[in-house]
Amino acid sequence: MKANLVQAINMALSQEMEKDKSIVLLGEDVGIDGGVFRVTEGLFQKYKDRVFDTPLAESGIVGSSIGLALNGLKPIPEIQFEGFLMPALDQIISHASRIRNRSRGMFNVPLVVRSPFGGGIKALEHHSDSPETYFIHTPGLKVVIPSRPYDAKGLLISAIRDPDPVIFFEPKKIYRAFKEEVPEKEYTIPLGKANIIKQGEDLTIITYGSWVRETLKAIKDSKYNIEVIDLRTLKPLDTKAILNSVSRTGRCIIVHEAPKTLGLASEIIALINEKELLSLEAPIQRVTGYDIVVPLPKLEKYYMPNIDRIKKAIDKVMSF
Amino acid sequence: MPKEVIHQFNVEFLSVLDEKGKVDSKLMPKLNGENIKKMFELMKLTRILDEKALKLQREGRLGTYASCLGQEATHIGSAFALGKEDFVFPSFREQGVYLSRNIPIDQYLAYWKGDERGMKFTKDANIFTVSIPVGSHMLHAMGYSWACKIKKESRAVITYFGDGATSEGDFHEAMNFASVFEVPLVFICQNNQYAISLPVNKQTKAQTIAQKAIAYGMYGIRVDGNDVFAMYRATKEALERAKKGKPTLIEALTYRRGDHTTSDDSKKYRTDREVNQWKKKDPIDRLRNYMSSKKLWAQDYEDELDKKFNEEIDEAVKKMESLEAPKREEIFNYMYSELTDNLKEQQNEK
Ligand SMILES: Cc1ncc(C[n+]2csc(CCOP(=O)(O)OP(=O)(O)O)c2C)c(N)n1
Repeated sequence: MKANLVQAINMALSQEMEKDKSIVLLGEDVGIDGGVFRVTEGLFQKYKDRVFDTPLAESGIVGSSIGLALNGLKPIPEIQFEGFLMPALDQIISHASRIRNRSRGMFNVPLVVRSPFGGGIKALEHHSDSPETYFIHTPGLKVVIPSRPYDAKGLLISAIRDPDPVIFFEPKKIYRAFKEEVPEKEYTIPLGKANIIKQGEDLTIITYGSWVRETLKAIKDSKYNIEVIDLRTLKPLDTKAILNSVSRTGRCIIVHEAPKTLGLASEIIALINEKELLSLEAPIQRVTGYDIVVPLPKLEKYYMPNIDRIKKAIDKVMSF
Repeated sequence: MPKEVIHQFNVEFLSVLDEKGKVDSKLMPKLNGENIKKMFELMKLTRILDEKALKLQREGRLGTYASCLGQEATHIGSAFALGKEDFVFPSFREQGVYLSRNIPIDQYLAYWKGDERGMKFTKDANIFTVSIPVGSHMLHAMGYSWACKIKKESRAVITYFGDGATSEGDFHEAMNFASVFEVPLVFICQNNQYAISLPVNKQTKAQTIAQKAIAYGMYGIRVDGNDVFAMYRATKEALERAKKGKPTLIEALTYRRGDHTTSDDSKKYRTDREVNQWKKKDPIDRLRNYMSSKKLWAQDYEDELDKKFNEEIDEAVKKMESLEAPKREEIFNYMYSELTDNLKEQQNEK
């Protein structure tokens, strides 16, 4: 069926819940209301005893999810907006990510924390952030960000079946931006595998989430033959895909909305320096958010990477 | 060894003004006619601003907005008890409190239009910015009031939050700290009975929110939040107690008659019937009935107010909409006291 991102995620949740009775959903307004973005719409009606509207407490939501997971269930907590993950960071960083190691494999935490993330929807403060670095930086977590409905379904199913904690960020800007064919039959997309969206020889652009589409727009009429990699999983990173591509093109740009300092681009550049420095023909460029608080709607556009900035980076990299 | 009762606690409910507009004269706080009219006017102004803001949002002239329809008495009654030097930490639905602190309407609207300049108040307004992460600001109020105590200032602090916020750990930490350090702080929970779609009876199994104070060795009281006199009285007493090092939790029982915000559709989780029942308990109607019985109100007085406030708000909207657009470089300017080299470079990048 043709589905947008919201519908694809909803389908994945519903189908997995049908199949695996140990899955429980919990979070603020995920039940009767169907979630503030309607991602869990209809699931409360279908799986009444496995969908829980919780009190307003993110540490409570994630901390209890850890307990649910330790006792054999598969919790999928929703944190309403990425900005409200912060009260749950203690549970995620101090426990979810460490329990397998702490118990020497006796316990594991098969938990998928879903949260809408990123800007571009003209929202209030704390509703437009890109905090993926905190999670990527934390040993023991996996981090997934789909860029399109088809991938969202396959990645979410893999995340649910993964035995370890996964942070699943949903780029809210593209929740309803476009539809594509999403098969109703079951399929998975493995975690840790990037997708080469477009092949090319001149330059590699690496990105993820809502920036995949913007990047494709930016290169539409480019005179260069550009390779575009959609990371899909930010951790574990598909280092092979990155290094293979850059070894061929010798040039690379990384695009993300998160602030520049210690954004994922920094890690990718370090990786290329370590393993593929001698293939480089030009310094790697980053097109990212600035090192500032995401501005409120009136000034938000000045924070965001944009097509112009991507084009300028292309010209720069190609000028060497 | 017997099992015996070692402590017993009571939870009080305060109401002064009933739904018909009659007051309990023993509980009626000292307020003269001018004070009462001022309260009425602030409640009217709050309501008219709220209606206008919703309309602007529908027309695409304002961003996401959180209506306070039905909660005007909780705002005005409590804020009226504040001294000028006292300080306030609101959450995000306290239009009436901001108006009581004389925050310019154009500025307040500018914030909801997505302009940071809307939150830059003058220091003597003694009110803090909106805090969006639910519950987090109560600890700031705790620290602020603690500093009042350490510095031997004779000021007190109020913090406002919703019923949902009482589930966050920060609420409990702030309550405990406040009680342990005996700070001049008043916690005002606007129990408007919903946290987005979650009704308060699923938020907590406690019969009242007021009783949560007991566990912290603090005084807690439930107040009729649609009764401006009860709110005033309870807050006035709490502020006095606070200045003696005894914080209070006030649960203002009220009702959020609008959607959670303009992004919400409350029909998904509650009935019109329920909303209409609370319409009958409208705080402004109640005060009007009282004033009418005391000859403090006449139709032409209210017509005048409607006209004046509508004009005032239209003026403010005009001013807000003609405000010079903020500039790109500003997004870098307030990260630190001085721009770092890194930020300077990013600011100059075009
Ligand atoms: C920490 C945090 N979690 C979630 C949200 C999203 N959110 C905004 S308001 C709200 C409900 C708040 O309910 P309540 O505290 O009762 O205040 P009310 O909205 O009724 O005034 C939620 C869940 C938030 N702003 N902050």
